[in-house]
Amino acid sequence: MFDGLDALVLARIQFAFTVSFHFIFPAFSIGLASFLAVLEGLWLKTGKQLYLDLFKYWLKIFAIAFAMGVVSGIVMSYQFGTNWSVFSDVAGPVIGPLMAYEVLTAFFLEAGFLGVMLFGMERVGKKLHFAATLMVAVGTFISAFWILSVNSWMQTPTGYEIGANGQFLPGDSWWTIVFNPSFPYRLVHTVLAAYLTTAFVVGGVGAWHLLKDSANAHARKMFSMAMWMAALVVPVQIFAGDMHGLNTLEHQPQKVMAMEGHFESHPNGAPLILFGIPDSAEKRVKYAIEIPKASSLILKHDLNAPLAGLDTIPDDEEPPVGIVFWSFRIMVGLGFLMLGVGVWSLLARWRGKLYQWPWLHRAALVMGPSGFVAVIAGWITTEVGRQPYVVYNLLRTADAASPLDAPAVATSLLAFVLVYFTVFGAGVWYILHLMRKSPHTGEYGVKRGDKGPIRTAGITPGPTQDPSDQSRRDLSGSKHEPEDRP
Amino acid sequence: MTGSFGDLTTIWAFIIAFAVFAYVVMDGFDLGIGILFPTFEVGPERDRAMNSIAPVWDGNETWLVLGGGGLFAAFPLAYAVILPATYPLITAMLLGLVFRGVAFEYRWRDPNHRRYWDAAFTGGSLVAAMAQGMTLGALLQGIEVVDRAYAGSWFDWFTPYTLLTGLGTVAGYALLGATWLVWKLDGESQDHARTLAKRAAWATLVLMAGVSLYNVFLNADYAARWLTAPEIYFAAPVPILTGLIAVALLRALSVARHSKPFWLSIALFFFGMAGLGVTIWPNVVPPGITIWDAAAPERSQIFMLIGVAITMPLILAYTAWAYWVFRGKVGHEGYH
Ligand code: HDD
Ligand code: HEM
Ligand code: HEM
Repeated sequence: MFDGLDALVLARIQFAFTVSFHFIFPAFSIGLASFLAVLEGLWLKTGKQLYLDLFKYWLKIFAIAFAMGVVSGIVMSYQFGTNWSVFSDVAGPVIGPLMAYEVLTAFFLEAGFLGVMLFGMERVGKKLHFAATLMVAVGTFISAFWILSVNSWMQTPTGYEIGANGQFLPGDSWWTIVFNPSFPYRLVHTVLAAYLTTAFVVGGVGAWHLLKDSANAHARKMFSMAMWMAALVVPVQIFAGDMHGLNTLEHQPQKVMAMEGHFESHPNGAPLILFGIPDSAEKRVKYAIEIPKASSLILKHDLNAPLAGLDTIPDDEEPPVGIVFWSFRIMVGLGFLMLGVGVWSLLARWRGKLYQWPWLHRAALVMGPSGFVAVIAGWITTEVGRQPYVVYNLLRTADAASPLDAPAVATSLLAFVLVYFTVFGAGVWYILHLMRKSPHTGEYGVKRGDKGPIRTAGITPGPTQDPSDQSRRDLSGSKHEPEDRP
Repeated sequence: MTGSFGDLTTIWAFIIAFAVFAYVVMDGFDLGIGILFPTFEVGPERDRAMNSIAPVWDGNETWLVLGGGGLFAAFPLAYAVILPATYPLITAMLLGLVFRGVAFEYRWRDPNHRRYWDAAFTGGSLVAAMAQGMTLGALLQGIEVVDRAYAGSWFDWFTPYTLLTGLGTVAGYALLGATWLVWKLDGESQDHARTLAKRAAWATLVLMAGVSLYNVFLNADYAARWLTAPEIYFAAPVPILTGLIAVALLRALSVARHSKPFWLSIALFFFGMAGLGVTIWPNVVPPGITIWDAAAPERSQIFMLIGVAITMPLILAYTAWAYWVFRGKVGHEGYH
């Protein structure tokens, strides 16, 4: 299947494949963990059953997404060594400690409190349980903090020295390493992206149930909360993305040239190419639809500012233009579509029709998965745009790989592809199955199987799986669903 | 580059060893339950076994990330040599962990396919355990290194010796899993677990002895360490204490004890690891790379040590709390 590819290309495909799969889950679970904390907090504050129902509804989905995030993440942390051993040896002293901090401050926190969050409501009481939920949510954020610091350091390395054996060594201050120039931008943009991804999933599910029954109070609440996020956070995200782009222009100009499709330099005002087909061989964008001077306006805030193009960059330092150009447009395009949904929802809200406009609901449904696509497209822009370097301007990707034979890497790549599609495919299917059920009053946390109570709903061997138990009844309200089998 | 006991590099070697040990005993009993899973009756017995670890497995597995990540950070060269040398094993382990990790959630989601996820749970656990044991063996038998990089071929890790260490690990994990269940279950299921534990204990002891003997013949260096004075005075207590613990364990399993066999199994693992330490010290990658050769610079070590000093007590505290929350026997109704 992978004949004719060398070990380096295979290792790159494997890394891109596994990290893209991994990132899908955190993109969802970072946002969902916070959403769950908000729901539980609202429940504790107002005592309204509705919030507890929604909490339980999404908790089951969270449990599955989180498990997939964890197992795919462990693969990532070993892949640095298996496939990129030269990189690990050379960059280990600088980025290794940051990743160790991620384990110590984030992964343990998430994993330590996850058990209590999923199964412990009846064992520890409401307040402690809420604390556990908060810890998991905070843990997901800390995790993003460290790993994005690592990634950003590879994009914009600062604060290092080069040792006698060729290793990158930390300089005087870890501060300059952790808070390298692109990190603040990447952190804000990516965490907002995770919130938006979750918001659109929640909105999509809410919309689906509203289309079936616009009186469903649970669906209404979900949809309304999600649309507030869309209306308020998407503009912030677009602004953050713009700032991020300006930062990239400063530190990684050839990435921006590729994003913009600027093969040539423009001494007096560069056009904004909306669409077109970049042709790296001929070094031009075919069939370009462009707005004169707009690119200079966006990037330099001056219509006539000169902008250098890829003609100023040696050929062997150019990133692949086509991929970067397209993935960037996909992300930005989706960003504006999200904005559209947000604005539309404001209009509907203002008219008092938020739950009555089926076309709005259909649009929100279609946009349900848009966050995932935007997030992956954004990462492709970022990562492919920094090629051919893995540590920008210092270490080439081609020099970073392990001394492995192509068949070894091909075999493992094939295994990852097969396993990921089967296993995560099943997981996604289970999640969709849960989403299809409409949220309702007395949402179960646990259900009763015919062979004795089982831990159901993706959660819980709660202490009291016996439905006759009084304490549980008080918490969850009323009835318990019998197990409905798929 | 050399150093002595008590320098930063040595401290880091002990921290990594601690993480690996914590991983081995904690995820060891999860994986062990996975390995023994087919012997449990479909229905409540399986559900209870699964429920006894569902709230803690993720935390247990995190020690693996600390072991790997810690190695990467504190001994980058070792990380960069060992992983390519054991590439197929590591890949197999990771994929095994994928299957067993998702099985916890999936089996409850889909009763119609529960059989398959149960099989995935067992298969994944078995593959992961075997791969971990073989990786250990591959490390002990020595890794060929030229110019800071692995220089062997991609099947060097496959030898009779590594098969033996792999089987030893599988048996040891099964022992941990069975004794954990002796502690967490009651009634017939507990009797069943006790029977399993006895068998696993014998298998573990025989394989441990086999690996130890093999070590002595594998490598003249190792033999010297175990069989000549003065080293022998430091080394000798390890097998002697291991023997005493083995006797205590077998006795605890023949009377109706609850938690004792589990703690004794952990002690057995502890001395097993101490034995390994004696065998390879001060190398991190035998035969040629010492911990000082592979160590990250002092600045990296200090920075991380601060992190460990602050977070480790907290981690241990809330991990203990999480176990405490789910203490007691796993009843038919879940936790009581
Ligand atoms: C919901 C997800 C999402 C949405 C709607 C957007 N982005 Fe984005 N973008 C990401 C998710 C993302 C990301 C996944 O978070 C990336 C990948 C890596 C990173 O740093 O952030 C990213 C990267 C990224 C980069 C590359 C930065 C670099 O050089 O590494 C730029 C310039 C932008 N974005 C700009 C935008 C603009 C102008 C948007 C306005 C419409 C936008 N993004 C919407
Ligand atoms: C630390 C965090 C990192 C993250 C989150 C990350 C994320 C990503 C993502 C999402 C992609 C795009 C996938 C695609 O092209 O389909 C990608 C591509 C890639 N990444 Fe990274 N990456 C990271 C570190 C690394 C490292 C350490 C290496 C190699 C040593 C690496 C090498 C690559 C390569 C070679 C590609 C493919 C680019 C190409 O097609 O040329 N990345 N990465
Ligand atoms: C190459 C890059 C990456 C590596 C090596 C990596 C490693 C890991 C590991 C080992 C885990 C499992 C932790 C556990 O045992 O609990 C994990 C989970 C997680 N990772 Fe990643 N990760 C990478 C990229 C990212 C990125 C880019 C983000 C976020 C911006 C991220 C956020 C998370 C989160 C929030 C979790 C918790 C589980 C979940 O929410 O699904 N990771 N990662």
